[in-house]
Amino acid sequence: MSVLSEKTPILQVKDLRTYFYTEDGVVKAVDGVSFEVYEGETLGIVGESGCGKSVTSLSILRLLDEKGRIESGEIIYKGKNLLELSESEMRKIRGNEIAMIFQEPMTALNPVYTIGDQIMEAIILHQGLSKDEARKLAIDMLRKVGIPEPEKRVDEYPHELSGGMRQRAMIAMALSCNPSILIADEPTTALDVTIQAQILELMQQLQKEYGMSIIMITHDLGVIAEMSDRVLVMYAGKVVEHASVRELFKNPKHPYTWGLMNSIPRLDIEYERLYAIPGTVPDALHFPEGCRFHTRCEFATDKCRSEEPPLVEVSPGHLSACWHIDRLESAVAVQRKGESA
Amino acid sequence: MDKEYKRMLKKFFKNPSGVFGLVLLIFFTIVAIFAPIIAPPQPSNQYEPYMMPIVTWSPDPQPPSKEHPFGVSERRDIFYGVVWGTRTAFRIGLIVTGVSTLIGLFIGSISAYYGGWIDEILMRITDIFLSIPFLIAAIVLTTLLGTGLDKVMIAMIVFGWMGTARLIRGNILQAKEEQYVLAAKAIGVSTPGIIIRHLLPNTIFPVLIQASMRMGSLVITAAILSFLGLGAPQGYSDWGAILNYARNWMLGAHGEALKYWYTIVFPGTAMVLFVLAWNLIGDTLRDIFDPRLRI
Repeated sequence: MSVLSEKTPILQVKDLRTYFYTEDGVVKAVDGVSFEVYEGETLGIVGESGCGKSVTSLSILRLLDEKGRIESGEIIYKGKNLLELSESEMRKIRGNEIAMIFQEPMTALNPVYTIGDQIMEAIILHQGLSKDEARKLAIDMLRKVGIPEPEKRVDEYPHELSGGMRQRAMIAMALSCNPSILIADEPTTALDVTIQAQILELMQQLQKEYGMSIIMITHDLGVIAEMSDRVLVMYAGKVVEHASVRELFKNPKHPYTWGLMNSIPRLDIEYERLYAIPGTVPDALHFPEGCRFHTRCEFATDKCRSEEPPLVEVSPGHLSACWHIDRLESAVAVQRKGESA
Repeated sequence: MDKEYKRMLKKFFKNPSGVFGLVLLIFFTIVAIFAPIIAPPQPSNQYEPYMMPIVTWSPDPQPPSKEHPFGVSERRDIFYGVVWGTRTAFRIGLIVTGVSTLIGLFIGSISAYYGGWIDEILMRITDIFLSIPFLIAAIVLTTLLGTGLDKVMIAMIVFGWMGTARLIRGNILQAKEEQYVLAAKAIGVSTPGIIIRHLLPNTIFPVLIQASMRMGSLVITAAILSFLGLGAPQGYSDWGAILNYARNWMLGAHGEALKYWYTIVFPGTAMVLFVLAWNLIGDTLRDIFDPRLRI
């Protein structure tokens, strides 16, 4: 099944189903998602808003709000099923073994504490260091993430830092306990492009230094191409394609992935209008029957409308859930021929 | 942190009404602390200094004089009562506000953080307490418990925590959706840690301001209860009780409406200034402490 099956995964998610019980009905935000994360690699999870990528990451840390419930599945981390741990055992995992950084560095830091206080909180919690030692470590971490004058910045409040600096401080906080896995939920979405590149570079550099695995959640295929080793494409709560990053960009095997790629603006070809996948993401309360993408898919047939395609290995290490890969392949071939001509 | 405190102190002292409130409060504090020196109890009542000494046998009030600077009401020295009543006012204000605020914080934050049926139950209890008219509830409770200042305080605590609970609940409901709460959970902070370290510091300022405003108004409520004869025992140094003595003299004498003015003006002024001091401080604190108003 897996792309790099010779290694043992550090994290395995098996058939995860996370449902939200709202007043209007059950929202199947994550509906049977499986993947693994290997040591030291970066797994990219890509998809539109509402496809379940953030819920997947929150499920791993069991941080869902009261309406969300993990219905079934297993999340195996270093041989332990996280879903069976008690809340206090789970707290020892959070921040210490699996850390997370968030989209909005503006709001992910508590406005009433200095950034030093917030980094120290994690250190004191998990490493049992004294306040002075924790402070020293916090300053070291700030230096490591490239914040100038860390001895001074450690006593500053979040509102005194720029967005990029805040995201660096968040990364320092997440890495202060040397986690094995870092979940990055759209870490660069709120930042402007130059800062975005700096933050991604910083993450790659720190990944090499610490040897941690990264789960990179984003809607930006550019970030995926830059950062990931393997990619999981999600649509409407399901994995629709799973491949190594090279393979995915070279041979997309799902119409949704292909649609996403076509929606990236390119300078090397001329067109009148940028391609957009027709329609919108279906309402999570009423996902369509059969293949959930059929309402927006140009290759859809009656089979797609009635039967759900399974996620199968279509070439070594490349999984896709589509009934009509052949039709997609010929369309891709036609388009690429046109471009090279 | 030092830098931040300095900035706040600076802002406080730039605000004239805040400084005025603080000066008033310091004045009352000094009066309360040095009451035994300002108005020394007579040997006859040194074991119960809170009792106002009886200084004359004449039932009529006596106007201010050298020995009795605020006059005499119901045979008792008003000056002595006003001075020692400052202590009573502080005691009522601090204890009732402190305890009822803690109860309110506890109920409101638990209710908001956990939500669901816990919220439902706690908020319906709050509604029940709110639906009972405060004065009537306090009167019934003090009648059940017996009269006395401590009973009045219990009644004020029992029926005084709901505002705080609702206020903190609303604030926490809003704050718990913030990403820093999720971020704190993601580094493994426990539930009490989240509430105490992350939610309360961001939501408690309105509560502190409300508490400081309430500190003043509680003294008025206690005075009302004393005025109704439920509070302090006969002769106890309490501003409300002194006003109670003035009941017969409030309208003055025939043709002389203001004849017994001193029976109301001195304890009344003390009370008004005390309330004013807390309100001014509360207002100023709101302006400088609230992180959302900070630029």
